[in-house]
Amino acid sequence: MSTATAIQDRKPSAGGVNRTFLWIEIKRMLRNRRTIIFTVFMPAVFFFIFGLSNKDKLLPNGHSYGQYILISLTVYAAMTAATGAGSQVAVERAQGWSRQLRLTPLLPGAYIAVKALAALTLSLVAVVAQFVIGALAGVTMDGQTWLTAGLVAWLGSLVFAALGLFVGYLMPSQNVMQILGPALAILAMLGGLFMPIEIMGETFGNIAKFTPAYGIGQLARSPITGEFDWAWIVNVATWLAIFVAGAAMAFRRDTKRV
Amino acid sequence: MTTTSVPAVHAAGLHKSFGKVHAVRGLDLTVQPGEVVAFLGPNGAGKTTTIDMILGLSAPDQGSVSIFGHTPRGAIARGQVAAVMQTGGLLRDISVRETVQLNAAMFDSSRPVDEVLARAGILEIADRKVEKCSGGQQQRLRFAMALVSDPGLLILDEPTTGMDVAGRRDFWTAIRTDAQRGRTVIFATHYLEEADAYADRIVLVRQGSIVADGTAAQIKNLASGRTVKASLPATERGLLAGMPPAESIEYDGGRLTVRTGDSDAVVRYLLNNTGAHDVEVAANNLEEAFVALTGDDAVPESANITFEGDLV
Repeated sequence: MSTATAIQDRKPSAGGVNRTFLWIEIKRMLRNRRTIIFTVFMPAVFFFIFGLSNKDKLLPNGHSYGQYILISLTVYAAMTAATGAGSQVAVERAQGWSRQLRLTPLLPGAYIAVKALAALTLSLVAVVAQFVIGALAGVTMDGQTWLTAGLVAWLGSLVFAALGLFVGYLMPSQNVMQILGPALAILAMLGGLFMPIEIMGETFGNIAKFTPAYGIGQLARSPITGEFDWAWIVNVATWLAIFVAGAAMAFRRDTKRV
Repeated sequence: MTTTSVPAVHAAGLHKSFGKVHAVRGLDLTVQPGEVVAFLGPNGAGKTTTIDMILGLSAPDQGSVSIFGHTPRGAIARGQVAAVMQTGGLLRDISVRETVQLNAAMFDSSRPVDEVLARAGILEIADRKVEKCSGGQQQRLRFAMALVSDPGLLILDEPTTGMDVAGRRDFWTAIRTDAQRGRTVIFATHYLEEADAYADRIVLVRQGSIVADGTAAQIKNLASGRTVKASLPATERGLLAGMPPAESIEYDGGRLTVRTGDSDAVVRYLLNNTGAHDVEVAANNLEEAFVALTGDDAVPESANITFEGDLV
């Protein structure tokens, strides 16, 4: 133990992403019962309510309802997981943890990166859990479809990780998910994740196209519908840009003030 | 690369306002490596605002801060400064050990986790969740977190607020033991006894500026001194030159005010050698001196007392 070295000049720490930080973040999320309820339990219940009884029916366009609802609810599960993970910054700000981190070499960008990686881990858990439940309930798809739909739902959740960060930096609330939870359900419904857009009626069908869950849902289901539209990519890219810009702005405002 | 001649803290001309409140008004502070300094003042004196600026958590409106010759951010990146804040700064849902591990992971090099837990006296509760820890235990955890980078400078902002007497004593024992290894320590407090018992040097702050700065003994001298007041004809002011040494002498409108550690000698001189009359002698105690120097309705700037240089 030499505190003599403390007075000597030292090299600055890099302050980048580190494995211990990421690992503890992931452990925290998986230990959080509320997170697991939102990301695994609730989407599973939705699947049993909306999906199970109709799983062998066909949609007006001839596609399997069971496949449609399973992929849609998987997108919903992933987006809830990622939003929830991102919004945890609100809790950490309220507990003064963000301020504490500013007394360490950790760079703000590394903090955000760890949050995004943790969000992706949780949304992966959500996707896998939902697919396992669907498969056990008897939904069948070919391997390519499982893989593509799963990847789109998983990576698309980054849009919502950004939304979570945005809202987390904007609101001081300890219970930010109590506001975000219902908001996400509305976005999921408008985006065609709870029922097919075709049966929503023209007005809602048109509104749906501009909501943030729409593009990801359409892309995730494209292996079963066989359709593709660049507008879906534009939808995803636009909402990602909006939420990232919002999060960056709210973050800057926050660090100036604290 | 040894920089022992560089001060641990050099703050010059710090100003900070929040709206209409001028919280810090031209504060200058230099702390040498190895000093244990109490930043003593009542609530609202600007202690926390100053500490935030020293740590780079907020930017001064005017003035500059360097820590071991670096910007606050640069010193933090080098692990040369750490702080124990008053409240917050802990995640409730992880264990004591995880908290320290997490903090240690941010630095490229750090002390072993169990070592700092032991030094903060919380090794035996390492697996306890933070939310299950008492206020005192949480404060020791903040102290352990501050030790991971083995910083040359440790800043504590009212670290014992809300602790019971035993918790307070244990906490200070840990800090004191640590400071004996040569660490520079600055702590803010509004407890007089804490400043007296644990600091080598006391900096008294009031309304955002420093009103007294000296060793604990010097502050005590001030406190144990007395104030002598007397009426003295203006024509005899020259005779004051022969008076025994005093801490301060003021003459205003025929009335003389002398602050001194030896009131007997001053009174004897005045009565024997001058035409002084209506002599009053009043005792100051530590508490009164503190209140007089730091209270919001205290006498303005002219009452400022600085020990540096002239009295030492």
